[in-house]
Amino acid sequence: MSSPQSHTETGAVARLLAGYRRLPGVSDELLDAAGKVRPAWRAFIDHVARMAPEEISHRVEQGDQYLRDAGVFFRQYGADQTERAWPLSHMPVIVHESEWSEITSGLIQRADLLESIVADLYGSQRLVMEGHLPASLVATSPEWLRPLVGVRPRSGQYLHFIAFEIARGPDGQWWVLGDRVQAPSGAGFALENRVATTRVFPDHYARANIHRLAGFFRAFRDTMNDLRGDTESRVGILTPGRLNDTYFEHAYIARYLGFALLEGEDLTVQDGQVMVRTIAGLEPVSVLWRRIDSAFADPLELNEQSKLGVPGLVEAVRRGQMAVVNALGSGILETRALLAFMPRIAQALLGESLKLPNIATWWCGQESERAHVLANAERMMIGEALSTRMLFDSEDNTNLGSTLAGREESVAALLAQRGAMLVGQEAVTRSTTPAMVNGVLTPRPMSLRVFLARTSRGWRVMPGGYARIGRSQEATAIAMQRGGSVADVWVLSDKPVRNETLLPSPAAPYRRARHGELPSRAADNLFWMGRYVERAEGMIRMLRAWHVRLAEAGREDTQLLAHASAYPGFFGADPVKEAPRSLLQSISAATASASQVRDRFSVDGWTALNDLAASARVELANVAPGHDAARALGQQLHQITGFSGLVNDNMYRFAGWRFLSIGRSLERASNMTQALMWFADDAAPEGALDMVVEVGDSVLTHRRLFAVATSRSTVIDLLACDANNPRSILYQLQEMKEQVSYLPGAVERGEMSELSRTILKLHAEIAVAAPENFAAERLAEIQLELWRLSEVLTKTYLR
Amino acid sequence: MLYDIRLSIRYDYQAPVAGGRHVLYMTPAQSGSQRVITSLLDVTPTPDERIAKTDFYGNTAVEVAFRAPHAEIAFRLRARVERQAVARGPDQSPALDALREELAGWRSLTQDSPLHFLADSPRVRMRPEFEAYARAQIADGTTRTAAIVEAIGKALDHDMTFDPGSTNVDTPPEEAFAARHGVCQDFTHIMIGCLRSIGIPAGYVSGFLRTQPPEGEERLEGTDAMHAWVRAWCGAATGWVEYDPTNGLWVMDQHIAVAHGRDYGDVAPVRGVVRTSGGQASAQAVDVIPLATPADAASLSR
Repeated sequence: MSSPQSHTETGAVARLLAGYRRLPGVSDELLDAAGKVRPAWRAFIDHVARMAPEEISHRVEQGDQYLRDAGVFFRQYGADQTERAWPLSHMPVIVHESEWSEITSGLIQRADLLESIVADLYGSQRLVMEGHLPASLVATSPEWLRPLVGVRPRSGQYLHFIAFEIARGPDGQWWVLGDRVQAPSGAGFALENRVATTRVFPDHYARANIHRLAGFFRAFRDTMNDLRGDTESRVGILTPGRLNDTYFEHAYIARYLGFALLEGEDLTVQDGQVMVRTIAGLEPVSVLWRRIDSAFADPLELNEQSKLGVPGLVEAVRRGQMAVVNALGSGILETRALLAFMPRIAQALLGESLKLPNIATWWCGQESERAHVLANAERMMIGEALSTRMLFDSEDNTNLGSTLAGREESVAALLAQRGAMLVGQEAVTRSTTPAMVNGVLTPRPMSLRVFLARTSRGWRVMPGGYARIGRSQEATAIAMQRGGSVADVWVLSDKPVRNETLLPSPAAPYRRARHGELPSRAADNLFWMGRYVERAEGMIRMLRAWHVRLAEAGREDTQLLAHASAYPGFFGADPVKEAPRSLLQSISAATASASQVRDRFSVDGWTALNDLAASARVELANVAPGHDAARALGQQLHQITGFSGLVNDNMYRFAGWRFLSIGRSLERASNMTQALMWFADDAAPEGALDMVVEVGDSVLTHRRLFAVATSRSTVIDLLACDANNPRSILYQLQEMKEQVSYLPGAVERGEMSELSRTILKLHAEIAVAAPENFAAERLAEIQLELWRLSEVLTKTYLR
Repeated sequence: MLYDIRLSIRYDYQAPVAGGRHVLYMTPAQSGSQRVITSLLDVTPTPDERIAKTDFYGNTAVEVAFRAPHAEIAFRLRARVERQAVARGPDQSPALDALREELAGWRSLTQDSPLHFLADSPRVRMRPEFEAYARAQIADGTTRTAAIVEAIGKALDHDMTFDPGSTNVDTPPEEAFAARHGVCQDFTHIMIGCLRSIGIPAGYVSGFLRTQPPEGEERLEGTDAMHAWVRAWCGAATGWVEYDPTNGLWVMDQHIAVAHGRDYGDVAPVRGVVRTSGGQASAQAVDVIPLATPADAASLSR
């Protein structure tokens, strides 16, 4: 066959498509076999052709800007565990709804089939007894979880949210490449693909009849809420945490759907009921959308090494007090070798043939199949039968048969030796779709990820949203490796589509969403984030004051500098060599705490904190002691106070903010106490009082209030007992007293909590004390009281 | 034979743990050759939850949960069990080829299916050295499966040194095998690995061993703690047989089974997670005393 290019086009479209052609033996989404633009693409291509190249690149930049602003990242596994910008391919893939409805009907059939299979494998096991599926394959799979055998899900169904990877072969037919049921990711990213892509083509998107995605999510959210039954309990998303590659998506979709984002540590089980530990005690959770593999969900009954799961979760499921989506154990459906048996199982369970075939697969545990794979090895990929990764995606010892060509003996030996553990799969050639490469439309291989959610009226298919695009032109299936990109998928209708959104319509009665109490772990992270940021700020101020004095004196061995170098707040670190490192540690600790509560923290705040960490690393490296260091520290101080301002001015006063605020106040009070103990000590050298006033940012105030040189009394007055100075111990206690009064259980049946009482007592003592009452011993007592406060707070709310 | 069994397992935590949930496999199993007369499992502190459950393999387990902080836990079992010797007829078990065919046609995944015990399990992975060792023991032409089981078990008893302290509960079997030292858990895991690698389904049995030898016999090894041995499938006609590689003998009436699974992980006496930052210590003590009064003997001989 020739490889026609679109020579029938004229003008702008011809220019746009000048370099675009079908690859030999490969289907293309944009061009039909005759090289004509397919009708579904026509309006869009005309639109793009009318845009000037600068306009296109400007628009593309807008889309990327959106993704950056929204904080869309995914984490790359590897040595540095960095977050990588979301690799959006800005050209959507367009599918007409008539074709889409065929795909939909095939995938719904397949979803029903998967449901029947998993119900059978954990139930009556007819498939095995009747010989449709080799028993040894099931028994050998690490995904067939014996503790779940015989356990019926509370909802009656095992699968509620699944995804399929599909691609179009050279003959135009769609193929299923793999079934994703364990914890399919990508749905949240699909939403972001959509928003970003519509930023690139806003006018066209508004006019074109493209099916919206929100309705799908609304239906799924309703399903999840319904799964609770009539209980007053929560729906949670169980995430492995911030080190997972798709943690961003977990946080994003939790926010979008209004579900609690939970980690194993947040949960405990009592009498078969899963509970979340919150600042107001235990609250029931009855539905978990898990984003961790089943085997890790319960260390007590499943993988005992797991640190991600909840001991007792399986028992909660067994007692029907917990619905897990998808059911624990459903990962068995992803077993590669299962694809070999799907056509036969479809006949056995549904009495139907598969409407959409899956990628041809042969399990080499059988004599004749083994022979077939051997005879056709050059067209085959050979890989692990029990693996649950898709063959073309994985990095395990998958060999394209052809790479073993001429080594027939080794393939034969491999198959003879390990046949039962291997499968052969046909190397599928995918269709290509246009991607913008250096401003030029270029064909790239692609596959679609299609999401299905179960609703009260059966399976619902998300209309588009997510395509994976290969990095190179090579169109064999295996080319889709790391480094590919992702595109939006538009399902085009001939008729106008409904504009849908997840938000209730403005006409509906106004109602605030009911939120569960703040999980203790989130509160803990916010509290410590507040403390670490404040600790860093305190350190910056102290270091700056030190370097300013070094610059003035021109030498390090003055009495004052020697005294200041030994300041306990430096934790024994030398201010020149080591202190910057411990400062960076405080900032990293703040970032680490923040990263665990991404779902409760604004994107701006997160970005500001990351910028702070990045700039501190750069700015504080290799500065010369003295002026240079003081200047660099000054800049860091601006950044960090900017961040605090952002948090203070923009964060809603949810309980989470209060913990952050309490953490900051506690740390500030404690730092000030420590600084006074050291610098307002009778034995401290001359200049020490001025230094602590400067660290307390109160030089001008001191001058205005006292109009005399600093003395121990004036300094203590200003920095310990002044209710109007935001740097004073008293002021911070006042703040804490206020925030604590809003926390659950602050006053119960007219009685104050231990925490409220502790703060009130300390506050009152300091409020009535005169400066001369603050002898060194008293300051040391205050320091101990503050530490005790932290302990009481932790005991009360953070466990 | 009638036995009185005492088992005590203690955990002491340096810092109190916040709470915990455990699954216990400690109580003697009820089976054709083993009758449980009494079995009492006492747990201190008193757990906030306590339920009895049956696992996939049909074992009885007890699940307990503690909600309050605690610095120590003690489990104490007292049981009386009547154990009958397993009768062994002439070896009718198939050769390995025939066994493989039987297994290939096996269409059941019920709790007794041999297929559960044929593949790698979390703690026992097949290794080339296991297979080589297994094949070396049958190079003399031993063909029947049960005879192969015995040959490999005897060889391990001969080649390995019973050595408490040389390994711990998490030592991989291949490591213990390389050192040729270990305790009953290692002997059992290694033998399971050897059997599976040549296609014989094999599992792990935990239980107790008579602590005082019969008159004139030597005390067996592995009596100071819970014991373990191997369960192997020798074809449908013969079924499951049990062999103790630590002592090099077929299981008769000196072994009292608690539970069986694919490996130690399935039947560890105490499974469970505690959230603790400090260290912990544990201690185990076992007594298995035969009640060999004339009256007992009479009642057992029927």
